[in-house]
Amino acid sequence: MIGTRLRVGFIPLVDAAPLIVAQELGFAAEEALALDLIRAPSWSTLRDLLALGQIEAAHMLAPVPVAAAMGIGGMATPLDALSVLSVNGTVIGVSQALAGRLRAQGHGFDFADAMKAGLALTAAATGPLRIGVPFPFSMHAELVHYWLSGLNLPAPPDLSIHTVPPPLMAQALAAGDIDVFCVGEPWGSVAVENGVGTLMLPGAAIWALAPEKVLAVRSGWTLAEPGLTARLIRAVWRAGRWLDVPANHSTAAEILAGAAYLDVPAEILERSFAGRLVISDLGEVRQCAAFVAFHQGAVSFPWRSQAAWIATRLAHRLGLDPLKAAKRARAVFRTDLYRSALREAGADLPGASEKAEGALRHPLAVGSESGQLILRRDTFFDGRVFDPLAAER
Amino acid sequence: MPFGPNWPGRRVVLHPDFVPHCGMTAALSIIIVEKDRDRALLIVDSLRAAGDHDIHVIADETGLARKIAERQPDIVLIDVTSPSRDMLEELTLASGPMDRPVAMFVDRTDAGLTKAAIEAGVSAYVVDGLRADRLRPILDAAIARFHLFQRMRTELAATKRALEERKVIDRAKGILMKAKRLTEEEAYALLRKAAMDNGRKVAEVAEALVTTAGLLA
Repeated sequence: MIGTRLRVGFIPLVDAAPLIVAQELGFAAEEALALDLIRAPSWSTLRDLLALGQIEAAHMLAPVPVAAAMGIGGMATPLDALSVLSVNGTVIGVSQALAGRLRAQGHGFDFADAMKAGLALTAAATGPLRIGVPFPFSMHAELVHYWLSGLNLPAPPDLSIHTVPPPLMAQALAAGDIDVFCVGEPWGSVAVENGVGTLMLPGAAIWALAPEKVLAVRSGWTLAEPGLTARLIRAVWRAGRWLDVPANHSTAAEILAGAAYLDVPAEILERSFAGRLVISDLGEVRQCAAFVAFHQGAVSFPWRSQAAWIATRLAHRLGLDPLKAAKRARAVFRTDLYRSALREAGADLPGASEKAEGALRHPLAVGSESGQLILRRDTFFDGRVFDPLAAER
Repeated sequence: MPFGPNWPGRRVVLHPDFVPHCGMTAALSIIIVEKDRDRALLIVDSLRAAGDHDIHVIADETGLARKIAERQPDIVLIDVTSPSRDMLEELTLASGPMDRPVAMFVDRTDAGLTKAAIEAGVSAYVVDGLRADRLRPILDAAIARFHLFQRMRTELAATKRALEERKVIDRAKGILMKAKRLTEEEAYALLRKAAMDNGRKVAEVAEALVTTAGLLA
């Protein structure tokens, strides 16, 4: 390996792709970096490895640096999000028993309409819905809460949310420990392949542009190593650009399938990249545009409004001050470092660092540093808009 | 509240200087999460040596967070390589605005000790307010034990690898002896020379030969 060695941790998931591809296809080497990719056994261990300086950077759930900034959940070491590694890429699935009841009710599993799916799910539940998510601080947990509390039901649905590590999700469903899961691919498809689950929705049906994973580092590291920080941001950004080219999807799936990475058949991984998922053991296939995305439409830009959204949701649920939380969270999504690193790489950067989340019903051209940039649709299933500044006015 | 354990009796915010009612001699309640029975027993042994504590082992990880919350332990020890560790993170979530029933122990005390623990392969979750001097001997004992596990694991992996390499080299030698009518020594010398010429390990060359021979057979 040539270049400066950086230890980078990841969890075996499709959305670890930008880091794996950066190393495998030479985008890291182009920046004179050699990424030593370390597969972590759990999110908590990955976070601790990062916080304690055993690794320099990590594939991280977007809410983890936000939670750290709010002073909740384990390690108090401040973390920064240098870029968004991926948007969307999660699925919601149900047990075969629940799928049977849903089908009996006439639910068509369209894999698109979150309002319809949510109402059908709560109607089919015979007791409290036990929902598995990979981590208490995760977009999965946020999406599930947002979805099931946004159905306008007369009474809030009876939920109990459980933490289940992604590779064990299919097993937990099969054992009857949970009825529903929200998990990152390929673990939903693995549940389908094992015949224990049926996929109901992509995460993108709840929020069309949910920041799923971020490139996380210790805040202290960005100060000590500004040059390495910029090189890492660029290497990962170029990998994301490569990943969003449809012609590259098969290659990406083959690389990720390796034993050192996901160790899951490439055919299953390709479903995510192609946005074409097999949702049940009946072989039903559903399409989902932008099932997971890495680059187009400035999706890797760490919008401060996304951090504020996460912080506001967490604060409301935990009884903390949402304004204070949002303020702290904004500061850890490092639009400043992202801009300075990528300006010289020729990236077109948005003019603003915050946006009203959920306001774009169609792709929209907005002002960028060098002209115009087309942002993607970013709506929530219930049509609400989160204006990060409204609460402060 | 969807998250967080219902953990009555622990919902007290303690001042850092506050000494819990239990005196220095009171037994601590410790939970070890470990599937492997032999490993669990070894950990229990090491902790017994560190003091007279109430130790409970959980082997079945289903509903782990609930099982732990029911027991109200002072300390939970779990292997850092266990994916089930994430289930414990639920316990670190506040169930109200001001209380934090259990924390990853680095939060308030000795970051060096936590680092040593993580490096050794054990993570500790500790109830709020537990004094560092009570925790330290337990963590020290657990760290020593986990270092031993790591050594055992590394040794086992090395032995397995060596055995596998030996098997492949033996097969490659056999192929060469048959194809080129060589003695065993000559076959090995040939493998070693090919390895040196190509800057590779003897085992790698042997494996390539075995694979190729398999294709040609």
